[in-house]
Amino acid sequence: MADDVLFEFLHMEMVSHIYKDQASRGEMEKDRATCVSTLEGMGFRVGQGLIERFTKDSPSFKDDLDVMKFICKDFWINVFRKQIDNLRTNHQGTYVLQDNKFALLTQFSNGKQYLEEAPKYLAYSCGLVRGALSNLGMDCVVTAEVSLMPSCKFQVVIQKI
Amino acid sequence: MEHTQSRDACWHSRHHSKMAVCIAVIAKENYPLYIRSVPVQNELKFHYTVHTSLDVVEEKISAVGKAMADQRELYLGLLYPTEDYKVYGYVTNSKVKFVIVVDSSNTSLRDNEIRSMFRKLHNSFTDVMCNPFYNPGDTIQSKAFDSMVSAMMVQAS
Repeated sequence: MADDVLFEFLHMEMVSHIYKDQASRGEMEKDRATCVSTLEGMGFRVGQGLIERFTKDSPSFKDDLDVMKFICKDFWINVFRKQIDNLRTNHQGTYVLQDNKFALLTQFSNGKQYLEEAPKYLAYSCGLVRGALSNLGMDCVVTAEVSLMPSCKFQVVIQKI
Repeated sequence: MEHTQSRDACWHSRHHSKMAVCIAVIAKENYPLYIRSVPVQNELKFHYTVHTSLDVVEEKISAVGKAMADQRELYLGLLYPTEDYKVYGYVTNSKVKFVIVVDSSNTSLRDNEIRSMFRKLHNSFTDVMCNPFYNPGDTIQSKAFDSMVSAMMVQAS
């Protein structure tokens, strides 16, 4: 089905466009951080809208863990067509979501090649998760790490006010 | 032809059976994103009614947290009846609240009709959230949302 890859292609172009845009204005180091936050910001707004649509018909969530399970299953399936493979938590507001075959990284490599480029392609998805959780009332910081593609881990730290 | 804003119960229930007198959308931080009421002169009174209903909503939400799994509905039902009005509530998973106020004399409006009004509100609200020109937290200015709400409200003459 061609529609599966449409978003992947769009995402690749988005990242490439944001970086090209910044590169044409010089000053490499500062721009890299701006690019990542631009991508993260885009993901954030989309995550807010998506979660509104996905939770329209579901009953209210019992607690934070319930919300994280929803993100790992229904949300991930709707966006990346598979579930999160492993969810770990310290039961104190930190969650690690492991995806062994992350949809946006499968085209890159099966190991360490292009590893240094991977973070650019994870920024949007971090924003997506942050936006989704923010709209459900959970303010958090989402970061991602990759050591062996296409597997990656998203770390969600709930901010306690 | 003149339509007087008569408070005659019979006239209301015959011509406005499926209609609300006030509809509000409240953000999770408890400020109004959207509030429409009919007639417009009573707007302040409705703002007050909706504001006080938020306490009841908070109470119901925290009660649901301790209740059984299958009772975690989004529809909260009748929040409280006043002398002139009945106030109904609904909370989305994103903690946005919808409040519908109907005339007390309107006895023909059934529970499942109120539920379907809330469903319509929820569906339209989701569309607003997904509109790239809408910034979450801003007041709702969508014309599509406006006309969906107008269709549910008592007609002002």
